[in-house]
Amino acid sequence: MASQEILREEPSRGSFINDPKIRGIFFQAVVVIVLVALVWWIAQNVIANLTRLRIASGFGFLNSRAGFDISESAIAYSSDSTYGRAILVGFLNTVIVAVAGIITATLIGFIIGIGRLSHNWLIRKICTVYVEVFRNIPPLLVIFFWYSGVLAVLPPPRESINLPFSSFLNQRGFYFPRAVWGDGSWLILVALLLGIAMAWFVARKARQRQMATGQQFPVFWTSTALIIGLPLLAYALSGFPLSFDYPKQSTFNLTGGFQVRPEFLSLYLALSCYTAAFIAEIVRAGIRGVNKGQTEAAAALGLRAGPILRLVVIPQAMRIVIPPLTSQYLNLTKNSSLAIAIGYPDLTAIAGTVLNQTGQAVEGVVIMMAVYLALSLLTSAIMNVVNARMALVER
Amino acid sequence: MQFVNGRQRVGCDAGFREWAGTGSCVHTEKSQVRLKKTEKGLWVMKHIAIGILGAAALGLVASAASAATLDDVKAKGFIQCGVSTGLAGFSAPDDKGDWQGIDADFCRAVAAAVFGDGTRVKFTPLSAKERFTALQSGEVDILSRNTTWTINRDTALGLNFVGVTYYDGQGFMINAKKLPGVNSALQLSGAAVCVQSGTTTELNLADYFKSNKMEYNPVVFEKLEEVNAAYDAGRCDVYTTDQSGLYGIRLTLGSPADHVVLPEIISKEPLGPAVRQGDDQWYHIVKWTYFALLQAEELGITKANVEEMKTSDNPEIKRVLGQEADTKIGTDLGVSNDWVVNIVKAVGNYGEMFERNVGSGSPLKIARGINALWTKGGLQYAPPIR
Repeated sequence: MASQEILREEPSRGSFINDPKIRGIFFQAVVVIVLVALVWWIAQNVIANLTRLRIASGFGFLNSRAGFDISESAIAYSSDSTYGRAILVGFLNTVIVAVAGIITATLIGFIIGIGRLSHNWLIRKICTVYVEVFRNIPPLLVIFFWYSGVLAVLPPPRESINLPFSSFLNQRGFYFPRAVWGDGSWLILVALLLGIAMAWFVARKARQRQMATGQQFPVFWTSTALIIGLPLLAYALSGFPLSFDYPKQSTFNLTGGFQVRPEFLSLYLALSCYTAAFIAEIVRAGIRGVNKGQTEAAAALGLRAGPILRLVVIPQAMRIVIPPLTSQYLNLTKNSSLAIAIGYPDLTAIAGTVLNQTGQAVEGVVIMMAVYLALSLLTSAIMNVVNARMALVER
Repeated sequence: MQFVNGRQRVGCDAGFREWAGTGSCVHTEKSQVRLKKTEKGLWVMKHIAIGILGAAALGLVASAASAATLDDVKAKGFIQCGVSTGLAGFSAPDDKGDWQGIDADFCRAVAAAVFGDGTRVKFTPLSAKERFTALQSGEVDILSRNTTWTINRDTALGLNFVGVTYYDGQGFMINAKKLPGVNSALQLSGAAVCVQSGTTTELNLADYFKSNKMEYNPVVFEKLEEVNAAYDAGRCDVYTTDQSGLYGIRLTLGSPADHVVLPEIISKEPLGPAVRQGDDQWYHIVKWTYFALLQAEELGITKANVEEMKTSDNPEIKRVLGQEADTKIGTDLGVSNDWVVNIVKAVGNYGEMFERNVGSGSPLKIARGINALWTKGGLQYAPPIR
């Protein structure tokens, strides 16, 4: 009898402990409390230890004079600028190399990826070799390869290699004439923007017309004519305001013109080549992922190979390609911190120098981590928007 | 054998047990990571890890750098000494892997003072960028790494410099074969200049070119070896660092005879060892080890004659060598009374150390100059040991 009573009692007590809702809330609360306590403990510990070690802390140092120079800067910077500005310069350098790398890696990646599916044996094999070579070498070695293996063995400045259009290549980098815009050159920019806007408009109209009537319109040639022709017209109308600053030989280096330093060049090329190998595989997987029936159906409708790829296969492949592509973009951005090995002044290098000049190790590392995190989240956000636009629209 | 490979983890178990208390095992583990630098690809990862580990160590290894460094050092049985990654004459491994140079010998002198045995030192090679974090976090006990003494480092960085083991100044080196017309730093406008990042050198360089209204093109690397390689490959026209360093680096270049050091010295670079703030006893031991080296030279005590000097009639020599009756000089400092004898036996006096590593006994052949004793017109001067 007694045991029966106990059995009858248990469900009511058990239902409280076993209630998944309450249990869920309880464990989440425990995790949050432990996490907050851990973070608080670490923060307290850091503060206490910094005080005990008599190390100055806080972010006030960002407003002090930096005192060191940076070789490459997208914004005005001198040794009189602040540490904060120095870090900004580093951040911009990271962004520049990441964006340039992402664009190039995507282009190479798509070409190689599609090339791997080519019917031409030679193209297919070349693309396979490319992927296997670059995918299986650590990125740091690829950077060293470009820096020490390719760019460092170029001739010294006095024996520069002359390239067309007054460009020069030597171990200090690639020099080409810099455009100097005279009065009235704003007209060219306006014409260019106008050309792009008109090309977009033409493309839209042409698509609408094709949808309605089935007639096609040579969008590509019209757009090219608009985008190139209008600025040229403006250039002529405003009296040819463009002149060039040519690189010239001086005591030590070539001066004038525009210099692309070997540090940037090798990092950019290495990151592009390396990431492109992964992108190629993603693209190949995406194209393979599109049902063969789609291609066959398109062919049955009378489309040629080019339009099949452009209009049927790739739009569907993109849905498979974009999510892993985002990861590759993030990898490329983060791999750009390998710049430190060859002295390209990226965020890691400059924040590291600042960290060392000021001794603010904790703050320096926090800044670096926060900036990389923000950059990665931004990239993800942009790619998510692209992904949402590409996603299958169900009617 | 100087435990260079870090495998002889003498105090590790004890340190591990007391991790929360001393954190000494963490040091050993980390120095092992550091020393596996033959794998070139690893170092960048390591570099980033150092920053984070350093920051984490500052916070997490609660009292690693607790007041009594001497007790920690005695417990683990050796001194962890932060040196450069390889600068001839100051700290560089020889063909047997033993660290040689003034900075390395200074750590041996401190080990001799503490343990009576100059070999009880483990060396941690540090880049310019890692060095302060390594000392602050307790990873090394002494930073003896051709480091310039500045007010900022003495205050905001939480360090204490003990003295100046080498008075240096920043200079420039060029390849005279490629640039035959250049014989002064003032002709360097427009040049590409190789420099190591995170150094006072980098700051002096910016100041010098700015004050002389000259342009330059900085080519900045984090590691000394990378700067050397870039200069040797012709990536830059000029190499700038401390002048002693230039002489040392010149020896490692492809054709040393082609390179000349320009006459200008653009800064004061007093190089010396540093310890953490907040531990006066350890600070005093390291500081007076330096003074003892100078005092020994002043009194003519050398590695060869230190034993016979013990029986000298000169009261000052007897006092310095701890042969006075009821002397307490050594024990008050926290070491044995014959500490100076041990130091001199281990590395000789300051003059011997200088000549062996950078002076006439070395390939560098640097003259004593302002590093001579005050009695010979130099700047090296020790307060009396009494």
